[in-house]
Amino acid sequence: MPSDNLVEVESVSFAYDRRPILKNISLKVPRGKVVAIMGASGSGKTTLLRLIGGQIRPTAGTIRVAGRDVQGLDELALYGLRRHMSMLFQFGALFTDLTVFENVAFPLREHTSLPEPMVRDLVLMKLEAVGMRGAHRLKPAELSGGMARRVALARAVVLDPALVMYDEPFAGLDPIAMAVIGQLVRKLNDALGATSIVVTHDVGESLQIVDYLYFISEGAIVGEGTPDEVRGSSLPYVRQFVRGEIEGPVAFHYPARPYAADVGLAAGADA
Amino acid sequence: MLDVRRPLARLGHNFIEGVWRVGTMARFFGMVIASSGTSFSRFRLVMREVYFSGVLSLVIIIVSGLFVGMVLGLQGFQTLQRYGATESIGVLVALSLTRELGPVVAALLFASRAGSAITAEIGLMKTTEQLTAMDMMAVSPMARVIAPRFWGGIISMPVLSLLFSAMGVFGGYIVGVVLIGVDNGAFWSQMQAAVDFKGDVVNGMIKSVVFGLAVTVIATFEGYNAPPTAEGVSGATTRTVVTSALMVLALDLVLTAFMLSGQD
Repeated sequence: MPSDNLVEVESVSFAYDRRPILKNISLKVPRGKVVAIMGASGSGKTTLLRLIGGQIRPTAGTIRVAGRDVQGLDELALYGLRRHMSMLFQFGALFTDLTVFENVAFPLREHTSLPEPMVRDLVLMKLEAVGMRGAHRLKPAELSGGMARRVALARAVVLDPALVMYDEPFAGLDPIAMAVIGQLVRKLNDALGATSIVVTHDVGESLQIVDYLYFISEGAIVGEGTPDEVRGSSLPYVRQFVRGEIEGPVAFHYPARPYAADVGLAAGADA
Repeated sequence: MLDVRRPLARLGHNFIEGVWRVGTMARFFGMVIASSGTSFSRFRLVMREVYFSGVLSLVIIIVSGLFVGMVLGLQGFQTLQRYGATESIGVLVALSLTRELGPVVAALLFASRAGSAITAEIGLMKTTEQLTAMDMMAVSPMARVIAPRFWGGIISMPVLSLLFSAMGVFGGYIVGVVLIGVDNGAFWSQMQAAVDFKGDVVNGMIKSVVFGLAVTVIATFEGYNAPPTAEGVSGATTRTVVTSALMVLALDLVLTAFMLSGQD
């Protein structure tokens, strides 16, 4: 019987050279849900997404997607699995030499041999869903950041994937574009019957659209819960993050030796 | 006291780095060949690159070929005049171009025009996560982006080299026959008699194929391995032009030595 969870991360650690990025992380993403992974910049969120996508391999632990161990797959099997998953990159990663239409058609042309009229219909349907059908002849350079992200979203869902991963989908967007992307994430997930993982540090937008949240700090999970649980959480990190407070477990200062020693006061005191 | 360990350590580091780079490039070349199936099953991908690398290089190749041929005509006339052999100007121009200048100068121009563009394009695709996005769509960037550019370069290079030589001969004709007044019949007949199709033209073509291979491997390798920053892409583009130029000249020496020894 298939698991209720589409993605299962168990005791995963990852290090670049000898620098630990993720430390013994475990989380589950149930089928059909939108799950957010939140944390400050550099906390290891995107690394976790890349591990789930099989772009990098964990130094310890297991990652299962649709019941298959991602880290144990060879390139061919991994590509087979990736046909059922997609990823929206932070700045869209649209192919700059192709038009909007050809960008969305790209996965169809690469993985199917559908007749041209059907490709056209599918592409226009997906572009219509993200409100960008009228821009199908434009090049990515002619789009704003929010529009490019919407086109990338259409491309990400054109093959109706089971898992959609979003890497900072709200970064650098104005409030309207942010709300549009947020609603699209939720609506497309429900309409396609997909499962979504949203890596973000945007609290306001995420709490409105996701079913569950994990908080990562310095490579470890420091809190989790439903949006309501998170709003009322008494965990210091979650409180500081959700309310945007300066004081808390996340220090304002980059680690340094004592200030007095740096400005010479300690030496003066010693003398 | 001068610490000799530091320069020695740097020398050792640079040497290891160089060996590592050569090894990585050889592995990269193997991967390109192994990923070339798509390039042949979807040949229009290669034709698109032939357009970008070859067709768009036509202007610089044609104009440069014409000028080089004209200069050869002028210099050749000056020298041959002393020996009363000005009618051999066609031979001098044609042999210089088909054996050496055609393949070498066309390859140097190709490295500057198309090689740098290939590196910059692939480097920027990497920087803007387009290659990663492709990989996440279960489409191999090696098969879809790198291999077509590699084959596009290999196909374009000999054609560009031939065109360069042809334009050079035409330039030599303009200077020698039209402007200076060397006999038209002697110009062409001496050229026809002295230029050997296999020994000169075919060998020149072989050179240009090897140069095309070297330039496109270097260009695609540098782009694919460029650090994903503005500085990284700019450094990779510079390395493509410099390494390609040195590689073309070094390979020319080796190939010429082999070809001349084969004629003995």
